[in-house]
Amino acid sequence: MPSIEVKSLKKSYGDLQAVNGISFEVNEGEVFSLLGPNGAGKTTTIEVLEGLRERDSGEVKVLGLDPWSKGYELHKRIGVIPQGFRFFEYATAREAITYYAALFDVKVDADSILKQVILDDAANIYFRELSGGQKQKVGLALSLVNDPELVFLDEPTTGLDPAARRAVWEVIRKLKKEGRSVLLTTHYLQEAEQLADRVAIMHHGAIMTSGTPEEIIDEFGSGEELLLRADGGLAEYLKRNTDLEVSYDSGSVIVKVKEKKDVVTAVSAIDKSGLDWADLRTQRESLEDIFVRLVGERGQEEGVAPTVR
Amino acid sequence: MRSREGLFFALIFPIILIVLFGAIFSGNGGPATVYVQNLDNNSAASNLLIHELNSTNSMTLVSVSPTQNLSKYLLAHSDPDGIVIPSGFQSDLASGMAVNVTIYGNPASTTSDTVYGVTVGVINAINLHIDQQALESSQKTPPAPVGVDSLSIKSQSFKYIDFLVPGLVGFAILTSPMFALVNISAQYKRDKLFKQLSLTPLTKSEWLLSKIVWYIMLTIISFVLMTATGVALFGAQITYSIWLVPFLVLGPVMFVSLGMLVGSVSTSVESAAVVGNLVTFPMMFLSGTFFPVNSMPMWLQNVAHVLPLYYVIDGLNNVMVYGNVSAALVDLAVILVVVVVFFALAVTFFKWRED
Repeated sequence: MPSIEVKSLKKSYGDLQAVNGISFEVNEGEVFSLLGPNGAGKTTTIEVLEGLRERDSGEVKVLGLDPWSKGYELHKRIGVIPQGFRFFEYATAREAITYYAALFDVKVDADSILKQVILDDAANIYFRELSGGQKQKVGLALSLVNDPELVFLDEPTTGLDPAARRAVWEVIRKLKKEGRSVLLTTHYLQEAEQLADRVAIMHHGAIMTSGTPEEIIDEFGSGEELLLRADGGLAEYLKRNTDLEVSYDSGSVIVKVKEKKDVVTAVSAIDKSGLDWADLRTQRESLEDIFVRLVGERGQEEGVAPTVR
Repeated sequence: MRSREGLFFALIFPIILIVLFGAIFSGNGGPATVYVQNLDNNSAASNLLIHELNSTNSMTLVSVSPTQNLSKYLLAHSDPDGIVIPSGFQSDLASGMAVNVTIYGNPASTTSDTVYGVTVGVINAINLHIDQQALESSQKTPPAPVGVDSLSIKSQSFKYIDFLVPGLVGFAILTSPMFALVNISAQYKRDKLFKQLSLTPLTKSEWLLSKIVWYIMLTIISFVLMTATGVALFGAQITYSIWLVPFLVLGPVMFVSLGMLVGSVSTSVESAAVVGNLVTFPMMFLSGTFFPVNSMPMWLQNVAHVLPLYYVIDGLNNVMVYGNVSAALVDLAVILVVVVVFFALAVTFFKWRED
């Protein structure tokens, strides 16, 4: 049975149609990412699935239960980090875990959970004094207290520095290894690419496409490309002497590879031209490029150098 | 400067204070009700005294039958002011012997001050008159003046602080939960902590109940500490009666609910604080915490009767000072109704999950 089933989910706030009839499934043991820019409707969707918001219409089943009406039961089996996780200012990380465990009526080894989220060095610091990354880790720790089969993570690495982000990714990968299902919302394309088994790209309350990252790239991507550093002259030469699709952009020559023999054609033509070139490599259109095209605006990446085109 | 609520509060609050205090101490409280007992068989002299007291128009005299024990009667009517004209008043006057009129009062009540002052004034006038008569008839020995015995309404020697304690306990019952809960409920709402807690098996009733239990415990501990301090430092005499318990329990429930309600319906932490203060401060001063209600102008007394804290303090007064359990039960009944209403409203407006 799928961990999550969504059929034609709709939710509006007054005049704003935040979620406009989306459908998808999350299978047991997979990491599924809802990817999209801010305002796409990801948080609304995940909150409906968590039982925090009432949907307007559509069918939703989380672990076989309706999250709004069976919220009490469902919460015992899922873990959640909401966006912008906050907790009691004067609780230490360890106390937060023990308190939460008491609410769930489960016995936990707080230290082992702290280790799991790599927070053991900050176990006795008050919440208000933790860094952003550490606060998120506390949220992650709390979401694991009840040993959930399904974990919801709403933008878990927003606002974190790259090191903290990668640390959280490690924890998420561990969750998958432990056999838990994960639903992750993010606007970081790299995050979706790195972590998700399957991705759904959301925009303006609708799902534009979904599938594994490879499937999406295959379907929407423009295929493989050959890249090299050379000047416009080589680009012109290739255009004149081959059938290949060639483009040029400030010092980079790009050749579209539609079949395997295009590579051979390109390389022998380059050789024949006698013109200077360097740094030959192949590249596939990334999820980001597809995303940008589908969504029509820059995805948000922090601290990542723009891809060479 | 940016916080509009902060500015409002800083400027408006002093004005509110002045208005409140001015109103409380303005004007008279209307004539105090004084129970008069004439033990002198309706003698002409005693009736004359009563007539003179009446014509001052500062007291409403209610006559009590000579067979009653006046101090018990006063307690049963929760009124501290009484006057007893002793038997033999007329004969003592006529023979020039000293005679004392007894005035009962409550050292903490300004009505008692008024009653005492007015009565002494009337008696002094009578004394002057008697002296004058004696002078005119050239009596040899000056007649003994009519004197005054001032007694407090409880038979033991009670101190001012004993009458202050109920008001101060009421103060604690109001302020602790109100300030804390207005702040907590608004802050948790802002920080989405309620949303976070709604992801756990904890229910909102359990959370609310835990706060109520906490504040009941805190109130009882405060009560014990306050009374212990009062006894140790000031020699206060406290009546620890079982009837205190309902007030010490229902009082916190009422104000935890009210605080929760204010925080839940407010849109921000700052506006919650403003509304909370607007509710708390007038109640703090007008319910008889520091000044007795019947010393305030009539219209303000009517306002006081609408304030929930008034019934808590009145009830505590009835139990601890007057020992008047039946009046305390009336207060308790009112409190019970208010508690049910506040609690129902608090639970209704307390949003665990947003939407």
